[in-house]
Formats: sequence, C-alpha cells, structure tokens
Amino acid sequence: MTTQTEEAGMPADTASPKDDDPGRTNRSERLSALAQQHGALVTLVIAMAVASLSFDTFLTGDNLENMALSSAFLAVVALGMTFVIITGGIDLSVGSLFALGGVLAAWGSQYGTVVALLLPLAVCGLIGLVNGVLIAHVRLAPFIVTLAAMLGARGILLAITDEGSKTYLVDKDSFFATLGQGSLLGIGVPVWITVALFVLGAVVLRGTRFGQYVYAVGGNEDAGALMGAPVARTKISVYTLSGLCAGLAGALNAAWLVSGVTILGSGMELEAISAVVIGGTLLSGGFGFISGSLVGVLLLKVIQNVINQIGSLDSAYQQVVSGAFLAVVVVAQTWLGRRRRVL
Amino acid sequence: MLSVSHLSKTFPGVRALSDVDFTARAGEVHALVGENGAGKSTLIKVLTGVYRPDAGELTYDGEPVRFGTPLQAQQAGISTIYQEVNLVPLMSVARNLFLGREPLGRLGLIDFRRMHREADEALRGLGIRVDVRRPLRELGVGAQQMVALARAVAVDARVVIMDEPTSSLEPREVKTLFGVIRMLRERGVAVVYVSHRMDELYEICDTVTVLRDGRVVHTGPLAELDRLRLVAMMLGREIGEVREEGMTKFTGSHDTEAEPVLRAEGLTVSHRLRDVSLEVRPGEVVGLGGLLGSGRSETAKAIAGALPTDAGRVVVAGVPVRAGSTAAAIRAGISLLPEDRKAEGIVPGLSVRENIALAALPALSRFGLVDDTRIDAIVETFMKRLRIKAAGPHQKVGELSGGNQQKVLLARWLALHPKVLLLDEPTRGIDVGAKAEVQALIDELADDGLAVLLISSDTEELIEGSDRVVVLKDGAVVRELTGDAVTEDALMRAIAAVPAGGSDD
Repeated sequence: MTTQTEEAGMPADTASPKDDDPGRTNRSERLSALAQQHGALVTLVIAMAVASLSFDTFLTGDNLENMALSSAFLAVVALGMTFVIITGGIDLSVGSLFALGGVLAAWGSQYGTVVALLLPLAVCGLIGLVNGVLIAHVRLAPFIVTLAAMLGARGILLAITDEGSKTYLVDKDSFFATLGQGSLLGIGVPVWITVALFVLGAVVLRGTRFGQYVYAVGGNEDAGALMGAPVARTKISVYTLSGLCAGLAGALNAAWLVSGVTILGSGMELEAISAVVIGGTLLSGGFGFISGSLVGVLLLKVIQNVINQIGSLDSAYQQVVSGAFLAVVVVAQTWLGRRRRVL
Repeated sequence: MLSVSHLSKTFPGVRALSDVDFTARAGEVHALVGENGAGKSTLIKVLTGVYRPDAGELTYDGEPVRFGTPLQAQQAGISTIYQEVNLVPLMSVARNLFLGREPLGRLGLIDFRRMHREADEALRGLGIRVDVRRPLRELGVGAQQMVALARAVAVDARVVIMDEPTSSLEPREVKTLFGVIRMLRERGVAVVYVSHRMDELYEICDTVTVLRDGRVVHTGPLAELDRLRLVAMMLGREIGEVREEGMTKFTGSHDTEAEPVLRAEGLTVSHRLRDVSLEVRPGEVVGLGGLLGSGRSETAKAIAGALPTDAGRVVVAGVPVRAGSTAAAIRAGISLLPEDRKAEGIVPGLSVRENIALAALPALSRFGLVDDTRIDAIVETFMKRLRIKAAGPHQKVGELSGGNQQKVLLARWLALHPKVLLLDEPTRGIDVGAKAEVQALIDELADDGLAVLLISSDTEELIEGSDRVVVLKDGAVVRELTGDAVTEDALMRAIAAVPAGGSDD
C-alpha cells in the first residue's frame, strides 16, 4: 500500500523546498517541522526494515496482505477522525458506530448490496450529524457528546441483536461479500477502497474551501468566525463525516467477515485517535494531514504484527508497546511543537 | 455611509451606550476616541454586528439595516481590523488572506498558483515582502497586522473599522498603514479609526467623535479642535477650572527628602514602553498620568516583574531586582495591586482571613504547617487598621462590597511588609464612600513610610493624591510634574503636548 499518494495536506506549506529567504527561516525550526510531518513515515520504514530482517515470515505476501486488510478498516475510521481532530474536536463514538454499521450492513445485505451499504451509512451518518449539531449549536463538549453517542450506539446494537445473541450473516456469494472478500490485481477490495477514500479525503482537506475552514476552525475558532468561516456548519460536517466513515468501515468489515459481529469496535476509537496523533496531527487542532493518519494506522498494525511474530511475547504486551509508543510520539510532538512555537 | 442614531445598549448593571449618534461618511477618516469604559468598543461591536442594540437605528448606505452576525456585516462591506490580530496562525499567509474566497479552478478545487500570486501582489502593494506560503505565525506581529489589513482591504470593503491598529506596529509600518488609509479615503471608503495616540489622530483623521461614559460629548472636524480641548473632553475636565483642595480625601504632601527606595531605570518593552525611568522615595506618593494605553499599567507590571522587559532594571533600596520574576519582586518588597481585582486578585470563594493570609503563607508556616495563631493576629490587625467591614474574618470575600474587597487585597499585600506599593486603579468600581476611605488609607500608608506608585484614570484623584506625577505618553515619560506644577491643567497640557519636531495642526 502506498503512503505517498498525495501531497502532505497541511495548512502551511512549511516544507516547500524551493524556499530561499534565509532571513525569516530558522533551520532547526524547519527540521522540526519536517520531523513532525514525516517522523511517523521514517519510523514506519525503519520498523518494517527491522521486522523483515528479523522474521522471514514478515515480508511474505500473505502476511503483508493480512496487515493491509486489517489496516484498511481502522484507516477508514481514522480518516474521519483526522478531520474531527484538525477542527480541535474528538469523536469517541466511532468504535460503537463501526460495530453498529457492521451489524446493520449484515442485516441489510439480505435486501441487496445497496441496502447493505446505505443503511449503515444513513444511521451512522445521522448519529454523527446529531453529534455535530449538539457540539456546534448547543455548544456541548465533543468529549461528552460523542461519549454519549458511543454508549447510545452500543445500546442500539444490543437491542437489534437481542443483547448480542443474534448474529446476522452475509451471503458469501452476494456482490456485497465481494466488497470485503474480493481482490483486484492481487490486492483486496477493501484496501483499494481505503486508498481511494484517502486520496479523496486528502484532496478535500487540502484543495477545497471546506478543507480550509476545517483548518481555520481548529487553528483559531474566533478568528475564523470573524473572517466569515461557517464554524457551525464545518463542525457539523466533520462529525457527520466521521460517522459516515465509521459506518462504512463497519460495513466493509462485515462484508469481509461475512457476518455482523457485535463485539467488534470497542476501543477502536482510541486506536483511531492514536493513529491520527502518531501521524502528526495536533490533538489541539489546526494542524495535521491525511497521509499521516494512514502511516499512523500502518505503524500500529506493524507493531501488532511484530509482537505476534515474536511468539514468546504475550500478546497483552502488544498494548503496552502501542501505549508506550503513543506516549513517545506525543512527547516528541509537544517538544517539536514548542520548538516551532506552535503550542 | 454608515450611521447610527439614538443608539443605546445596556449590559446588566451598566449602561454602555446611551443615545449615541455617529456617522461615518464615504471618503472620510473618522476618529473615535474616549477613555476606558467610554463605550468605544461597544459602539464598534454594534457597528460590526457582534452586539445588537437595545434601541436606536443603524443606517447603511441610506437604508436601515440590522446585522445579526459579524458575517452579515462583512458581506455588506464592513471590514474590521482588531487590535489583536484575528487570523489563524498555523495557516499560511495566503490561506489567511483568502480564507472563504479562495480562487477556484477546475473541479471546484482551490487554484493555489493563482492564490499565491495574488496574495503576493496584494502584500507587495502594501510594501511587505514575505513568502505567502509560510505559516502566518512566523511573521512578526506588525506584519501579521498588515496581512489583516490586506485582507480587510481586499474584500472591497466600503467601511473599514480599525481598532487601535498601530498598537503593535513599527514606525515604518505605521507609515505604510497611513498610506493605505489615504488610498482608502481616495477610493471613497469610510474609515473609522480608533486610537489613543494624539499624533496619529491629527495626522490622519478628518473628523472626530469623543465618547465619554457612553455618550457622545463632541463630534466635528478634528482640525478645528486643539489637542488640549480634545484631551479635556476625553477626561471630562474643564481647562483652567480651579479646583480646591479637599475634594478628595487626600491631604497635603509627604516628606520627600529621603533617598528613593524604588528606582526604575530605562524600562523598555517592545511596542509598549520606551525607556521609562522613575523614582519613588519612602513616604511619597508618585502618580502615573496619561491616557489609556499610554503605558501606565505596563510600567507597574514591568516593575513588579509581571511583564518581561527587553531592557532596563529595577532597584529597590539599592539592590537590583531580578527582572521578569514576580517572586523576586515580592521578595524585594514590591507589591502590586492589579487593575482587575476580580480576575487577578481576590479569591471570592475563600474567607477574608484566607484571602489576607494567602500571599504571606510561606512566611507564616513552619515545616509546611500553617501557624494559625499568627495568622489570626495578622488578620485582626489589618481588618482593624484598614477598617474592613465584614461580619467576621470567616465571611466569604465574594459577599463583600467592592471597596472592602479592595481593602482585603491591600491587606494581603501589606501583610508581606512591602517597601513599595504599586496601586493600579485602586478606586475603580467602588462606591464614593469607600473610595474616600481607600484614598485616606493610601495617604496613611505613605505617612507610615511606604513608597506608593499610584495609577488612576480619575485625574482629580491623581492630582490630589500624588506628590509628584510622572506623565506617560505612547509608552514613554514625557514630563514630570512636581510641587505646585501638579495640577490638572499641567497634566492635560503634558498629555496633549506636540512632540518635538512634530507639527501642530
């Protein structure tokens, strides 16, 4: 899977190489900016190099495809999360929406692919929209609003599955199942969809007016409002987008597993947030880019994979390592940010 | 172009504007002046759609209008440049300049090439050369302000409101700004210019409206008004009006023979203070005079270590104080009673006793344990001495009147046995009776040998309370009034004085 399919979609083109005014340029600041932007990518390359040298089984087609597939679903969730975090918000509901989307898709698949896709998108998008309205117009804290949505969505999920006892299956031969199970040029369809969504997301964030508003709202909400940015509409849009992404990821996952599994997605919101932050997006908002989030997801998955390969290491340590890694990244980001006087 | 009539706006407890008429005409630069609380910012916020008026009419281009949001006002062609830069620091210069009106190319995507080129041209036109792709925060504050200006001008504004636009500009940038203002005037744009700097007003403005206590006290051509009259109107004082002693509770002068206990030398803070030096002797009350924004509070804060200085030093009783540290200043014996006692002083939920003891706690505790009997003794002494009216030491400070809250704060600092007391607007917002008491108290404290630096917008209080008055203007000392020269007349003349080399109107 490529990670450089798009330009770094950041608000200020700090890294433009043809810059030649040494007056205002501070070399160490520039290096810090580069580190912040591409640190995750460099780490990913190193981690993959070390892993492939250490384990013969790492750089095999099967293993890589497995990693790519399991990354794909988280990556789609992280894509929506990136928009939310750049506006300075957070979305804790995505894990529940992921599971809800999967179950709704599996149930809907009996009525055809269109229903299997549209139903989760509609429901999860609507929940995201409600989140956004509460945050933008009622001015509630994103943390609380999306926490409530997380609990509520989990509740809906339990209700429609009889407390989780009923599992809806997807017909293995349906077109919907091929969205999860099929492959094109040897690469799984979910991976293709994910790549396409990331390219689209990067273009939207970087190249459209809406994308500029996302950065402006996160960078300085009051100034943005005074400059005429539609703050409320932008916030509502990003939470809706995040809900849509989570629902779609759930649906694709259900197609892949050919069933709607209710217990999925718990803790996924935190994984997605970790991936976004590792990818260089500032949790305080106003700065970040789409490609970083993809790198962040891959990095988390590589770490998981490596720990699985070390058979002797308890898989519980996987979380310890991921947690420690996240802590290191946040410390590094804060430090780099201070050097650049961003924070 | 844009006018208001019979405008009133009330906030809970405050009548911010009453029956205000104001007209900004096309091709005219209109100065809006007034001291703190005069209602300037409220008026601007009504004009730009941030506030809605309680009564009165807003007319724009001959039509009555109502702006619900700043966005509506902007779309109608009213641009505002705020005192603090209101842009997004993490975004690039060009993106800030074009936010919301980016040139779009194919597929509705932003045409960055064109945007960068146009941004570059727009800024070049204002005499600034920066790489428009760099983040805004890498620019100096002045350059950022110029970007805000470029943005305001670029949207084809018909009314441009500037709220103290020069407060963070270098002289060269001020020149550029004035060039832009003149260009706007020629284009027939109505400019509303808010500033405290006399020289700027007389250089660039055609008309002036003076606000005081929410009312318009004067409006007319600026050239017909000399500086002294303007200052007198802003301060609400008559020139040459003789005032008798005894209007305030201050008594005569204090012993001024001793060596100065506080010496501030060459205090400089970029854009705020320039080479401010002053001395205060024990038992002396020195007033800091000047208009709002002249650097009075900044001087006090710089002395107290609350504002980092670029140059200069503070010496207390012959010993230099480490700069930029409030702790060091307090140890050296400097206490500052801040201007905003709600935000920076009292803890309303704590009792009178706790509030008084707060700053002195380190001295009153042993091994981390607080010595209650000593606190009780100190609290009792000060409550009696400062005549704090409270049900008892355990009453919450939030329940006390403004005057008594101020006394509690004063007690807190006096409990540290300071050598120098800096009082920033000690009587603002407290009722007349309490005001007289606080004034008498200041007098007593000076008699007891404390060196007092007094800041007050109440000229009467300043003149009668001070033995000497150091007059500040645009962050620099312009005159020092001593002895018989401490009069309102002299103070206003000093504030209104034309700087050497400048031309009068």
